[in-house]
Amino acid sequence: MMLDLLIPSSGAGKAILAAVLLGAGSGLLGSFVVLRRMALMGDAISHAVLPGVVAGLIYSPERSPLVIFLCAVAAGLLGAGLVRAMMATTRLKSDTALGIVLAFFFAFGIMWQSRNQESTAGVMNFLFGNIGAINTADLRMMMLATGLLCIVVFVLKRPLLVMSFDEGFSRGLGYPVRFLNAVFYFLLTFSVVVGLQAVGVVLVSAMLITPAASAYLLTDRFGKMLVLSMAFGVFSGVVGGLVSASVNGMPTGPVITLAATLVFALTYFLAPQHGVLAKVLRRGRRRRRVYRENTLKAIYQIQEASGFSHEDVDLIDLAQKRRNTEDHARKECAALLRHDFIELSADGQAVRLTTSGWRRAMEMVRNHRLWELYLTNEANYADDHVHEDAEKIEHILGANTVKQLEQDLDFPELDPHGKPIPQPQLVASPIV
Amino acid sequence: MNYLTIPWESFGIGAFWLMLMAFLVALPCSQMGSFLILRRMALTGDAISHSVFPGVVIAFVLIGDLASPWLIVGAGLAGLVSTVFIELIHRKTRVKQDAATGISFTALFALGVVLMESMLGKNVDLDLDCVLHGRLGLLLEEAHVEILGAQVPQPILVMAGVSVVTILAMVVFYRVLLLSSFDAGLAASYGYKPVVIHYCLMFVVSFIVVAAFQAVGAILVIALLILPGAAAYLCTHRLKIMLLLAGLHALLSAVGGLYLHVWFNTDMASAVVVCGGVLLLLTWLLGPVDGLMWKWLKEEGRQPDDDTSHST
Repeated sequence: MMLDLLIPSSGAGKAILAAVLLGAGSGLLGSFVVLRRMALMGDAISHAVLPGVVAGLIYSPERSPLVIFLCAVAAGLLGAGLVRAMMATTRLKSDTALGIVLAFFFAFGIMWQSRNQESTAGVMNFLFGNIGAINTADLRMMMLATGLLCIVVFVLKRPLLVMSFDEGFSRGLGYPVRFLNAVFYFLLTFSVVVGLQAVGVVLVSAMLITPAASAYLLTDRFGKMLVLSMAFGVFSGVVGGLVSASVNGMPTGPVITLAATLVFALTYFLAPQHGVLAKVLRRGRRRRRVYRENTLKAIYQIQEASGFSHEDVDLIDLAQKRRNTEDHARKECAALLRHDFIELSADGQAVRLTTSGWRRAMEMVRNHRLWELYLTNEANYADDHVHEDAEKIEHILGANTVKQLEQDLDFPELDPHGKPIPQPQLVASPIV
Repeated sequence: MNYLTIPWESFGIGAFWLMLMAFLVALPCSQMGSFLILRRMALTGDAISHSVFPGVVIAFVLIGDLASPWLIVGAGLAGLVSTVFIELIHRKTRVKQDAATGISFTALFALGVVLMESMLGKNVDLDLDCVLHGRLGLLLEEAHVEILGAQVPQPILVMAGVSVVTILAMVVFYRVLLLSSFDAGLAASYGYKPVVIHYCLMFVVSFIVVAAFQAVGAILVIALLILPGAAAYLCTHRLKIMLLLAGLHALLSAVGGLYLHVWFNTDMASAVVVCGGVLLLLTWLLGPVDGLMWKWLKEEGRQPDDDTSHST
């Protein structure tokens, strides 16, 4: 057989190849599982196959791998079907249904096994997995399974994707949802059973979930997620295989899982868009911007109160306006200086807005007053209730929304409190 | 009936102890499990019971004694750590709770296995068998303590303590649990901090899981947490009745489990769970609220009505 050419002869090589195949296959399926919020389906199926394995061991005394495999797949499919049925016909949520099937099937398997201790002696090996014991026949099976998986996912990518996001919508598009679900659960059970022999019950669900979740944090495109998730799965497999081959006594399955977890931990902190670090930085930047804009607005309002008669605003006035100390006002102004929104006067006690500062300040005040007007006119808010809301939204309104607001309000000149709404687009440069 | 008296003939008073032990393990699990189900956190029990493993290994490495109570403390802490990880992952990123659960418990479990292999080597084995089966079947061989003139197996006293503590805690905090399970926002507005409630509940669940896991094994604990609550949920819309029914389910599984154990000569812990599962299937078919049977009957009954409405 041609596939045999790809199978290495050494035990370590076989283990690594098995880990790579497992990583690729479960990485691919895992993306769907994670998106469907069915992440623990793999866990439920991997426990639910136990009665099948026991049945296979009892009814096939010569331990034919095929019989055991088929029995295990049948039990897994029955479990998955029961979960679906329970969710469809009762008020139980997915987590409970998964838990019921997982525990009940597993208990049934253990009970059955305890009656037939002699004929089922190897059942624990099957459950805990031993990647070192994988032989050429197993590898051939894994290659076929992974190949089949890739082909089916490639052919059915679109319908499966739509179904993962919205089952009702895919029914509306005319996809055969029942058939697709059957295919999906069949593939899942198949790959779980194949993976069981390599890494065992617990870790097979790790291979389904962890690489896919890491990929989910890195991209918003489904195609990319599939590729990344496969890549992470393969990477974990290689790392696990290499480490356990070089360090004595390291079990392969757990090392693979830990490698996958390490990848997840890295993406958790460092992912550019959805990582924790990026979120913290983004939040900090937004907070500082809001702060700056509020200071600019305060300067504008001080100017406005004096009828725009002075160009300079004293730091003390600013501190009073912001209800803070002068030192604090100086710090706020330092931030504005860095952005070239203001200039410091010669003695350092007063500030003056630059062109861009004027522009930005007027935009903020305009946004604020437009929004207040919008709330009072269009949403029937009382005019003493609109300030808080406007205070938040003024920083977020985009240029298009502002245009829309101006149009809807018929290019107003005064806000509900009777103050003029500035028009930064007209006064771009004259006041300097 | 010969069948009904077999256990009593073969074990004598031991049959009662086995049944009582199974009930005492299942009872606190059934009560806390009901809340887990209502909070859609049924699989958190799964996560905790798997994560216990590294805690036991680390405590064993530090203490060096398999019988030390510190092992239980370590196990409980590891269970809590897994719930912290779950929260950190699904609160801070867009990964959903189910995936977060899967990531954290598999990682901790794998860590436990690696630690066991690398630090303990092959000379000590923290029996994997106890992960699967537990020690319920060995109950009658454990040390007995004399109480009020009766010889009581020691583990029963421990589990009785755990049950009493759990039930007391539940009664005291019933209102908080009820509110926060159904309407976290309302509970928060009354000043019950959701985070505090969450971690207190997780603490109690870890405590129970660790206590029960020695008796029935890591995986069957999940069954004891979920099955009673789920069966009760299918029968009622009221929380108090649900909790009572879950307790009843625990009792019936314990009794039925004993009979299955004796009739078919099987492992006791899994027999209890299988019996509980069969009870759940029965409620699925016949339960007063969600029973499939009644739904089918109603469909049957409605069919002629529809026909008449069409004809008129």
